Amino acid sequence: MQGLYLPYGRRRHVEGTPDAPAVLVRQLRAGHPGADTDALEGIDLSVPSGSRAALVGSNGAGKSTLLKAIAGLLPIRSGQIFVFGKPVGVCHQRVAYLPQRGDLDWRFPVSVRRLVLTGRYVHLGWLRRPSRADWAIADEMLEQLGIADLADRQIGELSGGQQQRALFARALAQQADLLLLDEPLNAVDTNTREVIANVLEKLHQQGKTFIIATHDLGRLEADFDQALYLSGGHMVPPPPGSFVAPALQQEIVWTGS
Amino acid sequence: MDWLVAPLRYSFMQTGLIAVALVGLTCALLGVYVVLRRMAFIGDALSHTVLPGLVVAYLRGWNLLTGAVIAGILTALGISWLSRRSEVREDTAIGVMFTGMFALGILLISTVRSFRDLSHMLFGNILGVTRGDLIFIAIVAALVVIVLIVFHKELELTSFDPTHAEVIGLRADTLRTVLLVLLALAVVAGIQAVGVVLTSALLVTPAATAALLTNRLPRMMVLATVIAVGSGIIGLYASYYFEVSSGAAIVLSCTACFAIAWLFRTIRTSQ
Repeated sequence: MQGLYLPYGRRRHVEGTPDAPAVLVRQLRAGHPGADTDALEGIDLSVPSGSRAALVGSNGAGKSTLLKAIAGLLPIRSGQIFVFGKPVGVCHQRVAYLPQRGDLDWRFPVSVRRLVLTGRYVHLGWLRRPSRADWAIADEMLEQLGIADLADRQIGELSGGQQQRALFARALAQQADLLLLDEPLNAVDTNTREVIANVLEKLHQQGKTFIIATHDLGRLEADFDQALYLSGGHMVPPPPGSFVAPALQQEIVWTGS
Repeated sequence: MDWLVAPLRYSFMQTGLIAVALVGLTCALLGVYVVLRRMAFIGDALSHTVLPGLVVAYLRGWNLLTGAVIAGILTALGISWLSRRSEVREDTAIGVMFTGMFALGILLISTVRSFRDLSHMLFGNILGVTRGDLIFIAIVAALVVIVLIVFHKELELTSFDPTHAEVIGLRADTLRTVLLVLLALAVVAGIQAVGVVLTSALLVTPAATAALLTNRLPRMMVLATVIAVGSGIIGLYASYYFEVSSGAAIVLSCTACFAIAWLFRTIRTSQ
C-alpha cells in the first residue's frame, strides 16, 4: 500500500512547462459561485519563476479572490490562468496556499504538529499514511518557524501570531515552488513578522516564487520584484509615490501552452 | 454478580447486548464528526426522514431495513445536493425537508389500524432485535470502522480546513457525502436501539461528552465509544429489570454521563 500513489483530484500531477512563468493570468474574470457579480475583472499578471510579487489593495479589493483563483478555489468565468504553464489544478502539488487565519476551525482537536503534517498530504494522496520522513519534515518546519516547543498543543491554544507561524510551517512542509500568501503579516506580533520575513528571504534565495496579498506594502516594498494594485476587483495604477512594479511595464512574452 | 449474568441466559438478551454495543460503537464514532463538524441537526433530520421509508416498507410487506436504508440514503444525497446550491440556506432546507418527511411518516402510520406495530419504530426496542437486524448492524459497524480508519486523514483535514483540502485537489463535499451516507446507515441501525426520535441523541451526546474531556481526536473517539456502549448496556439492564423503555433508558444514561462530565470539567476549570 505504501508505494501506491493515488493523487487527490482527477489528474496525476505533472511538473509543468519549463521556462513558463510561475503564474500567468490573462484577462481574468472570476466570481464566487452563486454570486451574480464578478469579483475580479480584466486582471493581467505575469510572475516569473523565482520572483516575488505583491497584490496590494484595501479589504474587498480582490487580492484574496485573485489568490484563491490562482489556487483553484474559484471558478474562472473567462480569461485564463496558467500555473507553471499549465491550467490551474494540474500542478497543484507545486503550489502552497496560506489562507487567512479565519478559514480554519481552530477549535478542532488536532495538534500543531499534525496541522503542519497536512502540508505533506498532497504528496501522499489517498490511502498512504504519512511516513517517518513526512513527520521529520513537519518537525523541521516547526523548528524553522520557532514553534517546535508548541508542537503538541491543540491548535486553538496558540496566539494569533503562533497560529500564523503554524500555517506558514504547513505551507513550507509542502515544499512547493510557488507560495500564495494571503495577508501573512496581518495582525501578528513583531517577533512573528521578523521570523516570517527571514523565512521569505531564505525561500527567495532557494529560487521559490511567491505572491503575497497585503493591504500594507509599506515596510515590505524593498522585498518585491513587482506589485499589482487592485481596487474593486480591477487593476488600478499605483497610487502616486508608491512602489512601481518594473515587471508590469514589461510585455508579457510567454503566451501559454 | 448474579443479577448481571442471569439475564444473559435468554437469547434475546444476548442479541440485545451485542446489538447495543455495536450500535453504540457506530454512533459514537460517527458522532464525533457530527459534533465537531456541527452536523447535529443533520443527524436529527436523517433519523426523522427514515420514518416514511419504514412505514412504506411495512405497509407493502417489504423488509423494514431496506425501506429505512433507501429513505436514509436518499435523504443523505438530497442534503448533500442541497448544500452545494446556495438559493436556500442549508439548515432551512433541511428543516423543511425533514419535518415534511416525518409528517408523511406519521400520516402513513395513521392509516394503519394498529399503531402498536409501529411504535417500536418511534421508540426502539433493543430486546426485539432479530438475527437479520443484528447482521445488518454488524455490517454497518464494520463499514463505519473501516471507512473511518482508511480515510482518517482526509476526514480530519476536510473537517477543520476544507480550504486546504480543496487546494490540494481533495473535494470536501465528496467526503461529506460519504459521511452522510454512513450517518444514514448508522441512524437505521440506531433506530433498532432507541427509535427514530432518540437516535440523534446517540450520535450527539456521547461525542459531546467526550469532547468535554479531551482535545485529541483519537482519544475522543475511544471515550465516546466507551460512553455509548456503557450507556447502552445500562439501558438494556434497566429495561430488563424495571420494564421501562430501553431507548429512553439508553439515552438518559448518555445524558447522565454528559452531566457528570460537564460537572467534572466545570470543577476542574474553576480551580
